[in-house]
Amino acid sequence: MSNEVKNQQHEKELRALLQSEFPPLQNASLQRDLWPQMLCRVEAQPEPLRVPWFDWVLAAAVVAALLLFPNAIPALLYQL
Amino acid sequence: MELLERFAAGELEAFEALFRQHQHEVYRWIVRIVRDSGAAEDLTVETFWRIYRARQRFDPAAGNFRAWARRIATNAALDHLRHAHKETELSEDYPAAPKGDSVVRGELRGQLRRAFLELPAKYRLVATLALIEDQPYNEIAEAAGISAALVKVRVFRAVRMLRKKLSSLGLEAAAK
Repeated sequence: MSNEVKNQQHEKELRALLQSEFPPLQNASLQRDLWPQMLCRVEAQPEPLRVPWFDWVLAAAVVAALLLFPNAIPALLYQL
Repeated sequence: MELLERFAAGELEAFEALFRQHQHEVYRWIVRIVRDSGAAEDLTVETFWRIYRARQRFDPAAGNFRAWARRIATNAALDHLRHAHKETELSEDYPAAPKGDSVVRGELRGQLRRAFLELPAKYRLVATLALIEDQPYNEIAEAAGISAALVKVRVFRAVRMLRKKLSSLGLEAAAK
């Protein structure tokens, strides 16, 4: 028997055994509307705050400027 | 504006309409993978939550919502199998039909069940869909985001792992 035929035979045998142990569920159906649960999830978990990329760039530029010119920190704090 | 466009724009009513249209199909797909109705309900909600969060990445003009939802549902079910397969037994929602087994066959079935539950999640996913649910390889491939050839390889390996496990226990899958 070639390997291919043998593999197909093994698969067929296991398929039959598995289907007898775990019946196929093609006809399983949802018993209730899940929208109320979904709505609770949407309302309970607000989406994480999205920070636009240019805000990150601006923040990085400010940090870099403060690192390069630490003497500017007191002046900046005074302005705040 | 079309429903999908309104959904992509973040309109909650459009999301609700899509949810109501697709929740049954998504649930049916998930329950066939996880075989537990409670977990499948939770995973259906989880799937739509992922869909809702990713709505800006969905292209209403080019996108196929059904295929996209199925892909996300498959990933959610796979995550569930990864985290749950070692901790929980299968639910008794869908027990095997009782049969007048011989002792050997009864033992084979018990060992087969255990061996199946011990398969790594990615193999259990394709084995469940291909061997138990008789889904075509190309449909499994599309849902799992892999090629049909890889599905075939995973089914082959799952069969080999199961046979190896059973023969190491002194049981043959071919036992009649």
